[in-house]
Amino acid sequence: MKKDIILSGVGGQGILSIAAIIGFAALEKNLFVKQSEVHGMSQRGGAVESHLRISDKEIASDLIPFGEADLIISVEPMESLRYLPFLSKDGWIITNTTPFVNIPNYPDLELLLKQINSYKNVIAFNAEEIAKKIKAPKTSNVVILGAASPFLEIPYENLVSGIKTLFGRKGEDIVTMNINALNAGIEESKKYTITAL
Amino acid sequence: MKKLLLLGAEAIAQGAIDGGMSGIYAYPGTPSTEITEYVQNSKIAAERKIHSKWSANEKTAMEAALGMSYAGKRAMVCMKHVGLNVAADPFINSAITGVNGGLIITVADDPSMHSSQNEQDSRYMGKFALIPILEPSNQQEAYDMARDGFELSEKYKTPVLIRITTRLSHSRYGVAVKEMKSQNNNTLPDDAKQFVLLPAIARKRYKILLDNQKNFIAESENSIFNKYFEGSDKSKGIIACGIAFNYLLENYKENNCPYSIVKIGQYPLPKNLITKLYNECNEILVLEDGYPLVEETIKGFIDNGKVINGRLNGLLPRDGELNPTIVAKGLGLPVKDGLPIPEIVANRPPELCNGCSHRDVYEALNEAMKSFGEKRVFSDIGCYTLGALPPYNAINSCVDMGASITMAKGAADAGLVPAVAVIGDSTFTHSGITGLLDAVNEKSPITVIISDNSAVAMTGGQQSSATGRLKEICIGVGVESEHVRVLNPVPKYHHEMVDVMKEELSYNGVSVIIAERECIQTASKKKKTKSKE
Repeated sequence: MKKDIILSGVGGQGILSIAAIIGFAALEKNLFVKQSEVHGMSQRGGAVESHLRISDKEIASDLIPFGEADLIISVEPMESLRYLPFLSKDGWIITNTTPFVNIPNYPDLELLLKQINSYKNVIAFNAEEIAKKIKAPKTSNVVILGAASPFLEIPYENLVSGIKTLFGRKGEDIVTMNINALNAGIEESKKYTITAL
Repeated sequence: MKKLLLLGAEAIAQGAIDGGMSGIYAYPGTPSTEITEYVQNSKIAAERKIHSKWSANEKTAMEAALGMSYAGKRAMVCMKHVGLNVAADPFINSAITGVNGGLIITVADDPSMHSSQNEQDSRYMGKFALIPILEPSNQQEAYDMARDGFELSEKYKTPVLIRITTRLSHSRYGVAVKEMKSQNNNTLPDDAKQFVLLPAIARKRYKILLDNQKNFIAESENSIFNKYFEGSDKSKGIIACGIAFNYLLENYKENNCPYSIVKIGQYPLPKNLITKLYNECNEILVLEDGYPLVEETIKGFIDNGKVINGRLNGLLPRDGELNPTIVAKGLGLPVKDGLPIPEIVANRPPELCNGCSHRDVYEALNEAMKSFGEKRVFSDIGCYTLGALPPYNAINSCVDMGASITMAKGAADAGLVPAVAVIGDSTFTHSGITGLLDAVNEKSPITVIISDNSAVAMTGGQQSSATGRLKEICIGVGVESEHVRVLNPVPKYHHEMVDVMKEELSYNGVSVIIAERECIQTASKKKKTKSKE
């Protein structure tokens, strides 16, 4: 078993929380996890990415080679396209469609979504809206994780336990909200025909 | 054995704690900051009373670490690559004095300049200082090298350099931690003159350092971090340094690399291992992140005409960090191509946060500067460097810590009057004060704006070393008190700020404007912590 995942978004949007939840869950399953993060300047509203690698064997490189990522998990639509050179030909894009507009030349949203949906394997939906609907604001990142979870080959219980580990010290309410967000994302993914990776 | 999921930076910190370190000294700098922060947040480090407070700059940090070593204890100093330039004087000289307690200098390089103004390779600095260098290939080695590096240091009474890169520093993997060693007791150096670098003594000390070179090489030949892997195909031999070794393995996932490999994790280079490889193989490929140090060095001791491929001869790119795909191309392996980035994707550079005080400073400065002419604002290293980008386009330089004030002074000396310096509070205390003194001594017509957000903000909001004392410091240095102005940079005081800036820009002497408002990030963090309590 080996999963190579690119996580993308804008600094401050919570991609490292997604990485941490998957990371905790994978460790609980006794898998190897290697994860590179972005610190420093680009965290200030810039484009950020994280390479997350999970395997049942030792992992060598901290970086995923071009064309070999199984998944791009993005919490922002334009950022889901920035790392396409890493995606394998059968790989999937799972992305939020709510734009984070902090540049004057942000592309037209309709054109952007059209571009995203032009790729073969895509799950794209408004995670912000879902998070609002389930009254779990600021959990759109975990909704996206939920939608990506069918690809991860990590059991649901382990992801829940990852959420508990990450958010436990923030209190029960936050944990419940994030579990609800995970569930809502899983529900959303059921609308798609998911082909094996 | 207990395994922890640690960043490379954290692995070094944990290794140093477990290696019996008594103090860590540093100034924050990406990608090295997390080493010190890990020690600051470590319960066991607190119990063991390990010093971990931030220093004013890398030079003071290096000197304090050397002082701790003088007193017999084990110390680490950490910095980013350009920080080693600041600390170069004590760093190079610590190789001459030698150490008493073990001393490790950990330097995090930033190939590809993710968060830096250059991508210099600190291995050259270690080579220049003539000391052993350790370069981990993964998080486990990072831990092991930090833990056991103190003994190497004490064995030869030499400082030891650990060199990592951004990628390893900011990547997590499972690390097996080992038994914790005890800290050293205070002991004074055997030789009372060891640390007195008067020429007559320095000459003796330098000879000791030179004599040690053969020992350092012997250590490298036998180091567990340098390994020879025999391959069946002798058409090529590979030297893989530090993290490049992982990129090599990534291309042979089934452990099926047909070529012989020398993995390098300790310098000076193990001549025998490399000569063996050179003699057995038809050509050599050198994989190293950073500058072509190994490629250059081996040509000095084994060059009878065989092809040596690497960054120097152009087979691999001369700049930027390596990755598995670049290494695959260097090996002549087929690579996969992902899809191209569609044109619709726009660049998204970092930006100042909403509500950041630097924004208000630049709004006011841009307006104030209109009547004084363009291209005369020298700036510095920090979040406010983003003022160089749209929408502000407010600053014209960013070179090194503190250079805003001194460059403004030099420009003013050349007749560019008034010249302006924009510097952050922490950069000012790091390296700005001495430059201000130069300007005061000559009554240079410059205006220094200290955009004071009371934090080392860019690296994550660490404690700034003189919060609340900047005015007194400027007056103490000799700036006339009526020309030290303190402002509150919020939009409603915009006009007042513009007026004060214009007044001081018109003054024919040194003026300092302190625009003081806490970093929006640290302020909101504090608020959150408070509301929880």
